[in-house]
Amino acid sequence: MTGHLLLRGMIAGLVAGLIAFGFARLYGEPQVDRAIAFEELMAAAEAPAGAPEEPEAVSRQTQAGIGLFTGVVTYAVAMGGIFSLVFAGLYGRVGRLSPRALALVLGAAAFVALVVVPDLKYPPNPPAVGDPETIGVRTGLFFVTLAASIFALSLAVAFARRLGEQWGRWNGAIVAGVAYVAFLTIVFRLLPAINEVPENFPALTLYEFRLATVGLQAVLWTALALVFGYLAERSLQQSGNYRALAAKF
Amino acid sequence: MSDITLSHGTAVTPIPAAQLFPWALFGGILMLLALYFVSTEEGAARLLSGLEVHEFVHDGRHLLGFPCH
Repeated sequence: MTGHLLLRGMIAGLVAGLIAFGFARLYGEPQVDRAIAFEELMAAAEAPAGAPEEPEAVSRQTQAGIGLFTGVVTYAVAMGGIFSLVFAGLYGRVGRLSPRALALVLGAAAFVALVVVPDLKYPPNPPAVGDPETIGVRTGLFFVTLAASIFALSLAVAFARRLGEQWGRWNGAIVAGVAYVAFLTIVFRLLPAINEVPENFPALTLYEFRLATVGLQAVLWTALALVFGYLAERSLQQSGNYRALAAKF
Repeated sequence: MSDITLSHGTAVTPIPAAQLFPWALFGGILMLLALYFVSTEEGAARLLSGLEVHEFVHDGRHLLGFPCH
């Protein structure tokens, strides 16, 4: 059964990746191009006149086409696979949610834990922003934040369920939610701030780039959760792990 | 089927942990390896020499929100 779900997770990821690629082409690439234009303007101002241009290892056309496609689709398929494995572990163990409902809840949780929370501390940056010297530190801090975010949300859900048994679901969820926010606040305050945006970088390009990255992820996770929910429900019905007895909705 | 599940209108049967584990282990490692190549290879860490992987997935890496450059 797990294998069936894993395959469906990767198929859902493929569909989500294709849609997200379309979104990235439409709303992400214009911002990347503007940022690169700024980068070249700055480089031209610094370099002596007539200096040879830096050779490109991969052309811009490839980066914005098949390169972007490969990156986004690989990411989406891999996330779809992991999503299906987490789903397989939680199915029937966390409440009695139907497969489609669990997939939707899990998609929303992934969006919060993997996108919203890390972005609040270390928002995505377009080209021309970021010092190559600090890539190691920045990547390390980003993954620490990501790990803390996943850990905090998992713990908060477990905490809410435990407290809910004693104090009722509403109160349990509020207490767990407060603990979740408090924990992340402490983590955020302990981690150093990073700001490597060049002084005269266009604010609108930065804003629209960051908006596009959140939009891309919102599109990706919504599509992934909905497609996977549909495929998983059919598959679990066939295997006898799910039977809907109530009226269809 | 118990009365409890019936009263909720659905029968939701978990997948046994023993059946799940090997898939989670091997599938998980493969998926994380794929994510590594999209997110980090030839940036903060490298398994291959050169910059081709980094440059190829450059736009995706930026737009997916990973640190780049």
